[in-house]
Amino acid sequence: MSQVKYSKEHEWIKLDGDVATIGITKHATEMLGDIVFAELPEKGSSVEKDGTAGVVESTKAASDVYTPVSGEVVDTNQAIVDDPSKINQDPEDSAWFFKLKIKDPSEMDTLMNKDDYDKFAKETSA
Amino acid sequence: METKKTSLYQLHQDCNAKFVEFAGYQMPIQYSEGIVEEHKFTRNHSGIFDVSHMGQLFIYGGEDLSKDLEKIFPLDLKNLKLNHSKYSFLMDKDAGIHDDLIITKTKEGFLIILNAACKDNDFKILKEFLEDKYKMVLDENRSLIAIQGPKSSEILNDVIDGVKDLNFMSGNWFTFENQKVYITRSGYTGEDGFEISIVNDFVDQLTRELINKGSKLIGLGARDTLRLEAGLCLYGHDLDKDKTPVEANLKWAISKERISKGDFIGSDIIIKQLNDGVSKIRVGIKPEGRIIAREKTKIFNQSDVHIGEITSGTFGPSVNGPVAMGYVENEFSKKNTKVFLEVRGKKHPASICSLPFYKKSYVKGVN
Repeated sequence: MSQVKYSKEHEWIKLDGDVATIGITKHATEMLGDIVFAELPEKGSSVEKDGTAGVVESTKAASDVYTPVSGEVVDTNQAIVDDPSKINQDPEDSAWFFKLKIKDPSEMDTLMNKDDYDKFAKETSA
Repeated sequence: METKKTSLYQLHQDCNAKFVEFAGYQMPIQYSEGIVEEHKFTRNHSGIFDVSHMGQLFIYGGEDLSKDLEKIFPLDLKNLKLNHSKYSFLMDKDAGIHDDLIITKTKEGFLIILNAACKDNDFKILKEFLEDKYKMVLDENRSLIAIQGPKSSEILNDVIDGVKDLNFMSGNWFTFENQKVYITRSGYTGEDGFEISIVNDFVDQLTRELINKGSKLIGLGARDTLRLEAGLCLYGHDLDKDKTPVEANLKWAISKERISKGDFIGSDIIIKQLNDGVSKIRVGIKPEGRIIAREKTKIFNQSDVHIGEITSGTFGPSVNGPVAMGYVENEFSKKNTKVFLEVRGKKHPASICSLPFYKKSYVKGVN
């Protein structure tokens, strides 16, 4: 079974073997509003845990997207670059951002499970 | 200072508004449908904007007042017809813009609509200049709403009969529930629409009736995307004290008659700039692709020389792409000039374009 975890920067990460799929949470999209632009990391590049790995922009402002774990970018989701509104429609599934071949599986342990994240999101938005 | 609330605050809450502080007021930035939907709804149907934070300055007087105001505003106010409106600006002696505004000649004198962040200072400047000769009221007892979009005329006319016969940039007094309301056919979205000045106690009822007829409340977020697509300036961003109307490409708003006489505040500079040209000028900028270049983004020419800055930039929902305005050195202001915008350390191609980005015909004359 794949494992889904969440970061304090409102990213979700799903691990299948040593490949992690990363996107932003529904809660994040609700805070951002209508997303009209997405920029993703380059395929083949390396990203470091908590480093910038993309940008999303709403009509109002730009926000960085961080990577919750370190690794090499093995795939990116061109569909959300072509139509960023997909991120608002289906943030936690088809509108994933990028896939990483992860470097250190223990980094997953620093992240929250769904219950903890939901609690965290509720508290921080109150 | 405590933030102020408009008389529609409860209604905004009832409509699930997200609030932001704007010029000392708690204002709705958007409602549950979001900026893109609100923007499109205004373009296709009808949207209501609470602009009660803006200043409504009534100055009472006759011929003398027109003459005195002509020393301030570059307008032909003596020949402005009763109930007609003009876009103008309050300048200093260097022609720096302290505010942009709409001035309307009424039976009693003039009504001037001022930006919220500038209104108190504008009042001070005008009061000092007019030396207490005229009664001036920055009316806090009246609210101001705008209803904008193609269905607005029909919707508003259903509630207040006769408004559909107003011409663009003209107004009149009407009644709603025995209250006097001043309505002008104007707005700031690039759509046909109206602005309605009504006493605070009745604005909630009027707005709810307009909603019942099919209009919807629209937040400041969509107001910004709508005005930018329409190529209209936002004070504090596209206009400020360091920019003149000529640099802002607003010379169309200056009366030719008044320029020939040159006896208004800032006229020396205006005339000089009209004759000699300006070093920087406001232009429309269309980024290639989807990259959004926001305020303060640096603009470069093809030789990588810094030639200007973006003053407003966002995603235009009706254009379905990024739109921006900014100031560039005059020699790079020609339409289709290739420029580069520095966003997050990378330079992205864009071109200078004519404004507006989105054009629909206003109702100019129905009579």
